[in-house]
Amino acid sequence: MSESKKGLNLTLKVWRQDSAKAKGRFESYDVPNISPDSSFLEMMDVLNEQLINKGKAPVAFDHDCREGICGMCSLYINGRAHGPDDDITTCQLHMRKFEDGETITIEPWRSNGFPVIKDLIVDRTAFDQILEAGGFVSISTGGIPDANAIPIPKEDADEAMDAASCIGCGACVATCKNSSAMLFVSAKVSQLALLPQGKVEASRRARAMVAKMDELGFGNCTNTGACEVECPKGISVSHIARLNREFLCASLKQ
Amino acid sequence: MAILNSKIPEGQLSEKWINYKDKQDLVNPANKRKLDIIVVGTGLAGAAAAASFGELGFNVKALCYQDSARRAHSIAAQGGINAAKNYPNDGDSIYRLFYDTVKGGDYRSREANVYRLAEVSNQIIDQCVAQGVPFARDYGGLLDNRSFGGALVSRTFYARGQTGQQLLLGAYSALGRQVQKGTVKMYPRTELMDIVVIDGRARGVVVRNLVTGEIESHFGHAVVLGTGGYGNVFFLSTNAMGSNGSAAWKAYKKGAFFGNPSFVQIHPTCIPVHGEFQSKLTLMSESLRNDGRIWVPKHKADAEKIRAEQLRPEDLSEENRDYYLERRYPAFGNLVPRDVASRAAKERCDAGFGVETGKAVYLDFKHAIERLGRDTIEARYGNLFQMYEKITDQNPYETPMMIYPAIHYTMGGLWVDYELQTTIPGLFAAGEANFSDHGANRLGASALMQGLADGYFVLPYTIQNYLADQINVPRISTDNKAFKDAEQSIKAQLKKLMDIKGKQSVDSLHKKLGLAMWDYVGMARNAEGLKKGIAKIKEIREEFWKDVRIPGNTDTINLELEKANRLADFLEMGELMARDALNREESCGGHYREEFKTPEGEALRNDKNFMYVAAWEHKEKGDPKLHKEPLVYENIEVKQRNYK
Ligand SMILES: Cc1cc2nc3c(=O)[nH]c(=O)nc-3n(C[C@H](O)[C@H](O)[C@H](O)COP(=O)(O)OP(=O)(O)OC[C@H]3O[C@@H](n4cnc5c(N)ncnc54)[C@H](O)[C@@H]3O)c2cc1C
Ligand code: SF4
Ligand code: FES
Repeated sequence: MSESKKGLNLTLKVWRQDSAKAKGRFESYDVPNISPDSSFLEMMDVLNEQLINKGKAPVAFDHDCREGICGMCSLYINGRAHGPDDDITTCQLHMRKFEDGETITIEPWRSNGFPVIKDLIVDRTAFDQILEAGGFVSISTGGIPDANAIPIPKEDADEAMDAASCIGCGACVATCKNSSAMLFVSAKVSQLALLPQGKVEASRRARAMVAKMDELGFGNCTNTGACEVECPKGISVSHIARLNREFLCASLKQ
Repeated sequence: MAILNSKIPEGQLSEKWINYKDKQDLVNPANKRKLDIIVVGTGLAGAAAAASFGELGFNVKALCYQDSARRAHSIAAQGGINAAKNYPNDGDSIYRLFYDTVKGGDYRSREANVYRLAEVSNQIIDQCVAQGVPFARDYGGLLDNRSFGGALVSRTFYARGQTGQQLLLGAYSALGRQVQKGTVKMYPRTELMDIVVIDGRARGVVVRNLVTGEIESHFGHAVVLGTGGYGNVFFLSTNAMGSNGSAAWKAYKKGAFFGNPSFVQIHPTCIPVHGEFQSKLTLMSESLRNDGRIWVPKHKADAEKIRAEQLRPEDLSEENRDYYLERRYPAFGNLVPRDVASRAAKERCDAGFGVETGKAVYLDFKHAIERLGRDTIEARYGNLFQMYEKITDQNPYETPMMIYPAIHYTMGGLWVDYELQTTIPGLFAAGEANFSDHGANRLGASALMQGLADGYFVLPYTIQNYLADQINVPRISTDNKAFKDAEQSIKAQLKKLMDIKGKQSVDSLHKKLGLAMWDYVGMARNAEGLKKGIAKIKEIREEFWKDVRIPGNTDTINLELEKANRLADFLEMGELMARDALNREESCGGHYREEFKTPEGEALRNDKNFMYVAAWEHKEKGDPKLHKEPLVYENIEVKQRNYK
């Protein structure tokens, strides 16, 4: 089938930046004859192969699993985090979503919390720091009761799983006009608050993670809901409401 | 062979691990602080180990090449994790899990290790639930199970199609808790460049900071490698783009033996290759074989029509379909082990019954949807179906999925003893990076189990047995000559790579290697082909060192340099894999030599001459040396595997 489809000729406007300190700029490249069945990152591979053959520096971008689960890929394509398709990551985006002759603008995530370190690569270690502040259940290895000792209602387990699907990509932050990390933080708080194992520390966790988020320069959540729309895993803003409840409990207890 | 001591403890199989723990040396709490452990890799094995070491009070440094520990390739595991809980009351037990694993591995794994794995499997599930891993549950609120290939019981725990993700996030959260406490220091975007051995013991690592390009050294009283598998030697595989064999290869070149390098698993259910720019292959979880039925057209003429797009598969009537797994293996049907399913698919396609490009078969949910309803199927596999549709633009609820085998997992890896220690004292290997528990073929949902078993429940004990007499060893300064020499030689190697300034990109050379590996060291191997393969690999290696082109500098993020470094190792590793395959004159598990098969075409083992682990020793000059660890089965009857 793939042979019968016509290749796409595209112009790419790509953000280039040599290092964290350097000033960035857009550069344009033409890439001919891209198969509509190839993925967006395979198209980027073709661009890089072309640049290398001309002796130029290839475009640096983050990626690893290329199947939508590691959360490493992070491109802002034509003004949308992860590009013009819903519920997917950049690496799952396929070229059939683009038209022949189109110009595609490719940028890194832009947020104070995520400084650019080269071309399209940003530093997202702030997310790790937020989770280290409280995104865990305080137990150590071993000495644990049987896994079926506490039954958990299926609905709760399912909702916890919905929240736990977050891949830590940062599209929510890149999309939010305030650069808030609220959707990401709430997903973890909500997952653990829904389960009896995590409930014990729920308010303390919420407080610690939100404090860390504020400290690291992410903005406030003003409930625009834009993050939910761009989240590749469909994390719902309802988790932000649950976080707010836990946070309120934490404040009352203090 | 005195040189290989597998250190299997005394006693009955079921008492060995208990006996070991009763008698082993431990480190007293006040001394743990004085001991440094370096953990390379933060997948299930590495993250679980690093977190557990930190909890015990050791000083831990953990590193990974991704920007966060949470992105290790364990994240991509879909289907599930095995344990012998026997919650469904369907006859499972520790012994049965042990038995299935040894049999599934075609009797090429070590009994004592596998038994221990089955023994600790139950604790893993307890641990993960306590961490908040949202495993699937039934309406009664208890944990749900599904079946995987090679088993007659339901023992697989799962979290939708994202089990690896959830288990890794659990281990990552435990790791994060230790980072916050200060017992673990994390080094993301850091690549292992070499292992430093001083007076015969592993004493640290040299790494490259992937952002600044700096070459740095770290001392450790012990070093653990949890660096995953080397399937990417084939270029196209289900592994992540950055997955590599370099850490294990560096260890090998420093004296650690490499176990069964040729044992590679080819997974039967992956989305077929679509074109020349393809960069990786996507797995469709084995769990789909619970409800999906695999078939090709019964008549070649129909296969041809389908390939020419003159006939749609959903229009082909039942009597014209060949459900070849159900036909050949009535007892296990679509749930035969992976090696068997992969070979059967290749056999049909080679015989001309393949669909699409000729290298694809169908995985059909029509009957399951009729029987269970679309909603049930969507609840079970919704995210996999969505993934399939995004990639292929076809709707698997309406038309059968197309699948083909692809490189997926490496059973081979660093040779380790019962303590998971390599032949270099103080260097341990865990998870997919070691060769241990899966013999010649791994059963589905057993890699996650092994990674977590190694990390949470084995290494935290066995490493103490090693460290107990290291408490008086002071920290060695990284100004020590051994570290400085290693740094110098790495800088020289990087410069050498940069100076080649040839014409071919790293990927184009990697693709050549991948093709040679697939053609000669792939799903069906023979002596003549393997010899050709070895010659071909050498040729590509020479081409690489003459003609690779790496743009940019060494003192910044340079993805081409990272890839070139890894490819340099793959180009050596591929040769060892071929040698090992050539040496093993039998077919077992995933290793299929066309010269050795039953009249029905099934793999034919040669237990008399090959019931051993092949452990290869690197030689600075000349060919690698083969050592044999004989395998002894005292608790299981060795049989011809039969899934009919
Ligand atoms: C698509 C897919 C689906 C799977 N599904 C299942 C399943 O359902 N059930 C199951 O049991 N198994 C499954 N497996 C197999 C299983 O996921 C892996 O075998 C297992 O997760 C490996 O874990 P690990 O900890 O050994 O290594 P990995 O998770 O691969 O981690 C390797 C770590 O080492 C680091 N690293 C590697 N090289 C270097 C280097 N040179 N320098 C520094 N750091 C390095 C990486 O950064 C990473 O942190 C699947 C595998 C794949 C690919
Ligand atoms: S909430 Fe969604 S967008 Fe934000 S990090 Fe998680 S997966 Fe990405
Ligand atoms: S590369 Fe892993 S999610 Fe895109």
